[in-house]
Amino acid sequence: MLFTIFASFLKIGAFTFGGGYAMIPLIEREVIDRRGWVERREFLDLLTLAQSVPGPISLNTAVFVGYRMRGLRGAAAALAGTVLPSFAIILAIALFFANIRENPVVDAAFRGMRPAVVALIIGPVLSLSRGMHPALYVVIAAAALAIWGWGWSPIYILATAAAAGIAWEMIIAGKSKR
Amino acid sequence: MILWQLFVSYLKIGFFGFGGGYAMLSLIQNEVVVQHGWMTNAQFADIVAVSQITPGPIAINSATYVGYTVGLQMGNPLYGILGSMIATLAVCLPSLTLMMLVARFFLRLKGNRWVEAAMHGMRPAVIGMIAAAALLLIFPHDGTPDDRNFIDGWSWALFAAVFVGSWRKVNPILLIGLSAAAGIAIYYAF
Repeated sequence: MLFTIFASFLKIGAFTFGGGYAMIPLIEREVIDRRGWVERREFLDLLTLAQSVPGPISLNTAVFVGYRMRGLRGAAAALAGTVLPSFAIILAIALFFANIRENPVVDAAFRGMRPAVVALIIGPVLSLSRGMHPALYVVIAAAALAIWGWGWSPIYILATAAAAGIAWEMIIAGKSKR
Repeated sequence: MILWQLFVSYLKIGFFGFGGGYAMLSLIQNEVVVQHGWMTNAQFADIVAVSQITPGPIAINSATYVGYTVGLQMGNPLYGILGSMIATLAVCLPSLTLMMLVARFFLRLKGNRWVEAAMHGMRPAVIGMIAAAALLLIFPHDGTPDDRNFIDGWSWALFAAVFVGSWRKVNPILLIGLSAAAGIAIYYAF
């Protein structure tokens, strides 16, 4: 059983290109349709939880499913399966990278990829902030400026923002009581 | 000791990694480039590019790669492998412990008003963090010429082309591959 958990998440880990959300359909197929480890209704709740806990969503989902199946060992098996493909591939690249990095063709390829990476990062900034209350744009800009311009640690920004969210909820709660 | 610092840094990244992969970029960048100077801004862009075309979350990919690079600075590839294991383990530990606690005790957390309020408050901050990561990649603080990701007009042209492509939902792996080919054509072939 532990091995089945490991193997299932190894498969998921090996084919999740492009970050957490890309792996949701893969996890659905493997964990719900093929294995029946989680019910579809439960899976939505699981996704919400995986997003509220820090850490990559694919890891969180794996730990949750593994833990439900076989406790700590199941969680560890699922986690190991998810992590192993990226670990092995990146370690292999790192071991050889030192040499091929000096290659002029590889160097030219990276010069082309660097601005592309930045463009891929900016996309979600725009799509995520669409439809937000205009006042929140100020918060977005202030957070970006504090981290980029003043070198603040994003950790403080996150903590402050979470506290502000809770404070706001308390104010609303106080008002609605009256 | 540097391996201990590596462990603590990636533990922090794992523990505060709210909001998914792109938001974690800012945390990783802050620890690895700004605070500890383990890699340059350009090297950081390289590892993001590699992460895009290899499977797995960027947090794991960067942990493995940075861990190896940092360990290697101690002079032996074996330390590199040790470093990559330490950083990868560290970034996973918060997920493992917190998610098990959630699975065990806090299933009721879902829909909890205060958790949702905190998540709500964090959302604009997370978007700001992603923007900060992009800004730092475009305008490094005091980068040497080697440390710049935008070196000429071609850089901006590629940036614009990929931006339009991603807006139109072109597969990011394809976009990275195409810009690598364009880079070879621009900077090597001609």
